[in-house]
Amino acid sequence: MYPSRFGYESPKTVEEAIAILDASGGEAKILAGGQSLVPMLKLRFAAPEMLVDINNIDGLRYINVEADGTVRIGALTRHEDLEYSDVLPTASPVLAAAAHLVADPIVRTRGTFVGSVCHADPQGDWAAAMTALGGHIVAQGPNGKRTIEVKDFVVGPFQNALAYNEIAIEAVIPAPKGKSTGSYLKLERRVGDFATASVAVSLDMVGDVVARAGSALAGVGGRTIDATDAVASLVGQKLTEENIKTAAEAVAAAAEPRSDHRGTSDYKRQIVKTFVIRILTGLAESSQKAA
Amino acid sequence: MALDEIKIGGMGASRRRVEDNRFIRGKGNYVDDIVLQGMLHMEILRSPMAHARIKSIDVSKAYEIPGVRLVLTGEMMAARNLAWMPTLSYDTQAVLATDKVRFQGQEVAAVIADDPYIAKDACQAIVVEYEALPVIVNPLQAMASDATVIRDDKENQPGNKVFDWEIGDREATDKAFAEADVISKMELHYPRSHPSPMETCGSIADFNRATGKLTVYMTSQAPHIVRAAVAMVAELPEHMIRIVSPDLGGGFGNKVPIYPGYVISILASILTERPVKWIEDKTGNLISTGFGRDVYLKGEMALRKDGKILGMRMNTISDHGAFYADAQPSKFKIGLMHSTFACYDLPAAHLTSTGYYTNKAPGGVAYRCSFRVTEAMFFQERMIHAAADDLGMDQAEFRRMNLVKDDMFPYRTAFGFLTDSGQYEKCLNVGMEAIGYSTFKQEQEEARKRGKLLGIGISTMTEPLGAGNSREYDILGIKMFDSAELRVHMTGKAILRTGAMNQGQGHQTTWAQIVAHELGIPADDITVEEGDTDTAPFGMGTYASRSTPVAGAAVAMVSRKIRAKARKIAAHLLEVSEEDIEWELGRFYVRSNKERGVTIQDCALAAYSNMPDGMEPGLENNAYYDPPNLTWPFAAYFVKVEVDAETGVWDVLNVVAVDDCGVRINPMIVEGQIMGGLTEAYAMASMQYITFDEEGNCIGSNYMDYLLPTAWETPGFELHEVVTPCPHHPIGAKGVGECATVAGPAAFVNAVVNAVSHTGVRNIDMPMMPNRVYEALTTGKDVSGMPPVRISD
Ligand SMILES: Cc1cc2nc3c(=O)[nH]c(=O)nc-3n(C[C@H](O)[C@H](O)[C@H](O)COP(=O)(O)OP(=O)(O)OC[C@H]3O[C@@H](n4cnc5c(N)ncnc54)[C@H](O)[C@@H]3O)c2cc1C
Repeated sequence: MYPSRFGYESPKTVEEAIAILDASGGEAKILAGGQSLVPMLKLRFAAPEMLVDINNIDGLRYINVEADGTVRIGALTRHEDLEYSDVLPTASPVLAAAAHLVADPIVRTRGTFVGSVCHADPQGDWAAAMTALGGHIVAQGPNGKRTIEVKDFVVGPFQNALAYNEIAIEAVIPAPKGKSTGSYLKLERRVGDFATASVAVSLDMVGDVVARAGSALAGVGGRTIDATDAVASLVGQKLTEENIKTAAEAVAAAAEPRSDHRGTSDYKRQIVKTFVIRILTGLAESSQKAA
Repeated sequence: MALDEIKIGGMGASRRRVEDNRFIRGKGNYVDDIVLQGMLHMEILRSPMAHARIKSIDVSKAYEIPGVRLVLTGEMMAARNLAWMPTLSYDTQAVLATDKVRFQGQEVAAVIADDPYIAKDACQAIVVEYEALPVIVNPLQAMASDATVIRDDKENQPGNKVFDWEIGDREATDKAFAEADVISKMELHYPRSHPSPMETCGSIADFNRATGKLTVYMTSQAPHIVRAAVAMVAELPEHMIRIVSPDLGGGFGNKVPIYPGYVISILASILTERPVKWIEDKTGNLISTGFGRDVYLKGEMALRKDGKILGMRMNTISDHGAFYADAQPSKFKIGLMHSTFACYDLPAAHLTSTGYYTNKAPGGVAYRCSFRVTEAMFFQERMIHAAADDLGMDQAEFRRMNLVKDDMFPYRTAFGFLTDSGQYEKCLNVGMEAIGYSTFKQEQEEARKRGKLLGIGISTMTEPLGAGNSREYDILGIKMFDSAELRVHMTGKAILRTGAMNQGQGHQTTWAQIVAHELGIPADDITVEEGDTDTAPFGMGTYASRSTPVAGAAVAMVSRKIRAKARKIAAHLLEVSEEDIEWELGRFYVRSNKERGVTIQDCALAAYSNMPDGMEPGLENNAYYDPPNLTWPFAAYFVKVEVDAETGVWDVLNVVAVDDCGVRINPMIVEGQIMGGLTEAYAMASMQYITFDEEGNCIGSNYMDYLLPTAWETPGFELHEVVTPCPHHPIGAKGVGECATVAGPAAFVNAVVNAVSHTGVRNIDMPMMPNRVYEALTTGKDVSGMPPVRISD
C-alpha cells in the first residue's frame, strides 16, 4: 500500500486529540479501526496531512446498559464486541442481529461501531441500525460535549455533522418504551459485501402492543434512509398480517434504489418489502408465543 | 525385503506438502521478497480511458520530484523498437502506448524511482492529454459495419475481427439435423472473469553491463518460454538471459503471458544499470492482465425421439479485448473448444468460431483449464440439460444413454480427438448413489408443496489435458514436450529438476513421490527444483493441467534411466550378469538368491566409488517426454440447491464430486485440487465476473466489486474416486488440477435452473446472482448476462 505522505500523532487522551485536531485547522483525520479510512488512503481517495490515531486512548471501549435500558457504546468498541456481547441480545436485539452481518470476521475485529456511523456510508449497516433505534452521538470538542441525533448526524453520503475539531466519543441508544425488540436483515452477495439492501426495524413493545416503531434502510439510496414514518402506523397497534403488509409496502416506498448490476430498483424494493414482512412476522409470532 | 511404498512417501501416499512448511511460517521466497543491492522501484501509469488518442504526455513535473530516476514513455520505447511486443497468439501488444490507448488500464508511462512511494507520487504528476474515441465493449458493437477500427495500427486488419475458424464435418452435421425428430437449442454467455492469483505479477530485472548478463526474477508459469521470447524481443543472446521464477503465489493461467511491466523493467534496468523492481498492485492485476472466458456460445442438437444424440452444431463469438493475447497452442484459434461433447457418443459435429477485438483488457488465458475447455464443457452440459428437458427425459438417463461406453475405447470423437479410457457410467452411478438421486424427484415435489424450491444439477465431462504431443501442439512454434533431470548423489540422496513451474500444485511433494515409486529412494531424500532457466532443463511450464501428464511422465522416465544404470552397477557389485538381477522397490537382488542384494543407495555410492570398468562415473540423467496423446480424466458432479422464491437467493445443500483422474500420486493433494476447483466453480456460478459499463470502465477492479467467495459461503464437498489408469502414461496418471473448475459451473447452474424450471426458464447466465434468479422466477423468461449481444444465425 502506497498512500500519499502523511503525518501521524497518537494522543493518550481525548483532550490531547482534540487539541491536535484543533491545531490542524481541518487537515487532520481521526484514525479509529481504519477499515474505511485505510482503503481510502490506499486508493489515494483521501490524502489527509495528518492522522490522529485514537486507539491509544483508554476508556473508550465499552458497551454499557443502564438501569432504564439506555445503551452506551464507546468510540473504540469494535464490531466484534457487539457481535459477542452478552447484554445486547436483550438490550438491543436490532444491534445484536446486525453485528454479525457487518463486513467479515477479520474486519469486525478492527472496525469500530462509532467509526462506521461517522463514516456515513449510504451502504453502512450501523448508521441504519442507529437511525431505526432513534440513537444519538455524543461529540466532544474544545468547548465540551454536545449530543446529536443520528438522523441529524448523518448529513449526506460520507458526511457527518462533526466540526473538524470534534470527536465522536460515544453512541447512545435511548431507553426503550417497554421491551426493545426488532431485527436486521441484509442481502449481500457474499460475506464482507456491502448491502444490496438492508432493513432495520425496531419496535418497543408493551405487551403485544407497539409503543414505538422505527425503521431505516441501507444500500437502497444515496444516503441512509430513515423509514420511521413508514412504520408509524403500527404504533398503538397489535401486529397483524394486514398492518404488517401495509407497513412493509410503506417502507419499500420510502426506499430510493437505483438499478445497477446488483439488480433493478424494483427488485431492491421487493427485497425491502420481503425483509420488513419477515422481521415483523417473526416479531408477531414471538410476541404471540410470549403472550 | 521390499520397502513399504507408503512409508517412503511413494505413489498413493498422502504425504504432507513439503512446501507448506515455509509458506505457513512466512518463509516463502516470492519476487517481492527479493531485495538486490541498489535496487530501484518502478510504477506504471495506466490509462483511465478505454479508447482515446494520446495528444500529449508531459513528464516534467514527475522529474521535479526528488528520487525520480527515469520516466519512460511509449515514444522512448519506440526509439528502441520496444513499443510493441509479440503475443503468444501471433498478434502484437503495446508495451507503452504510443498513438492510442485501447483499454482502461493500458500502460501509458513508467516511473523508476528510489522507492515505490516516490514512484507512485511521480505517476500522479505526469500529465496526459487524451482525446476520447468511441468505445467498443462487446462483440456486437465490434462487428457492426460502421464500428471504429480498434487496431488501426495493423495493416490489412479487417474491421475488428481477430479470426474466423471452423472445425468438424459440416455436411454430416447438416444430414444429422435433417434426420432429427427433435432439435434442441441453447444460447448463453460465459462471462469474463479474472484468475486473480493472491500474488500479483511482478519482476526484478537486473542487467549487469560488465558481464552482459540479464537476470530477471519474475512471476512466470513458463520461465523457459519467457527466456526465448526475451531473446527474440530484446535481441539479447539467449545464454546471457537468466529467468528465475521463485515461489509463485498462484497463477491459474494469469502468469503465462508476457506482460508489458516485465519488458519495461528490463529496459529500465538496462538504462539505469541498476536492478529495477516492479510489483503490480491488485487493481493493476485485475484490470490489465490475462482474463478468462468472455465467450458467447450458441448451438443446437439433433435428437432422435428415444433420446439418442445424432449431431451437434455450435458457434462461438469471443471477446479478446484490445490485443489477441490468448495463451494457447498455435493451431487452434479458440483453444480446444472442439473438445466439447468428447464424453458423448456423437456421430457428427461442427463448430464455427469468430473472435473480435474490443476496448477491454487483452488475455483469454486458460483460467484453470486446458485452453477454453471450460467454456466448451459448460456449453455442453447446459445444452445436454436443456435437451433432456426438451425430450422429457431424466437428466441422468439421458446422459447414460449417450455417454461413450467402456468397451468403445479408444474412441474417436466427432471433432477428431482420441479418448483412450474411462468408466463413465460407473462414475455416474457412484454420484447418483451418493446424492440420493433416486428419491430426489419425490423430495422435490414434497418441498414444492411446502413452498420450497429444490433443484438438482448434473455435469459429466471428459477433458483433454496434458498438451501435448509435438505433432499437434506448439506455442510460437516450440513443441509442447517437457523435461526432467535427476542427479543421485553419492549417499543416495537426490536432486530433481523439471521444466514445469509449481504455483501451488505441490510439485515439490509429488515429483519426489514419483521418484520414490520408481527408485525406492525415500521422498524426503529428494530435493525438487524448478523455475531457474540456468539450472532447470528446458520445459514449457505449468498450465492446462499438463504437469503430471507431461513433466510427471518425464520424471518417471528419467528415474527409469537411472534405474537401468543402477542395475548394471548392481550386477557388478553382486558379481552376476545383469540378466540374473531382479528389482523390487529400492533394491536389486539375485534371482536365485533373494537374500543377496544391493540397495539403490549402494548403487549410488558405487557410481562414484566403485563403478564397473569402462562405465562413465556418476548417476544422473535427463528425459524429454513427448506424450503420445492427450490424457482424458472424467468427472461426474452433482449439486443440490434450494432457491428462496421471494429473494432469488439460492443455497447449496449438497455437492458430490466423482473424479476419475487415473492413478492418484498423492490422494490428499488430488483432493485439495478438486476442492479448490469446485470452489472456483461455485464462484463462477454465483458471483465472480468482471463487467464493463458503456464507457469501458472495468467494474471489478477491486475486491469490493470483483467478488471471490470466502470460506463462509463456499459449500462443503463430498468427494468420490474411480480409477481408470491412463493407458499411455508411464504411471497411469491423467491430471486433475482443473477438472472441477471445468465441469463444476454447469452442475450449479443446472441445479438452479432445475429448481425454477416449472416457470419455463431454460437458462440463467452466470453469475446467478439473486436478482437474476428472481427475474427468471417472476418472468418465466431466460436471463441473459449483460451486455446483450445477439449472435448471428
Ligand atoms: C472488506 C470490508 C468490508 C466491509 N463491509 C462492511 C459492511 O458490510 N457493512 C458496513 O457497515 N461496513 C463495512 N465495512 C466498513 C467497516 O465497517 C468500517 O470498520 C467502518 O465503516 C469504519 O469504522 P472504523 O473504525 O474502521 O473507522 P476508520 O476507517 O478509522 O474511519 C472512518 C472515518 O470515520 C472517521 N472517524 C472514525 N472514528 C471517529 C470518531 N470517533 N470521531 C470522529 N470521526 C471518526 C475517520 O476519520 C474516517 O473519516 C467494511 C470494510 C471492509 C474493509
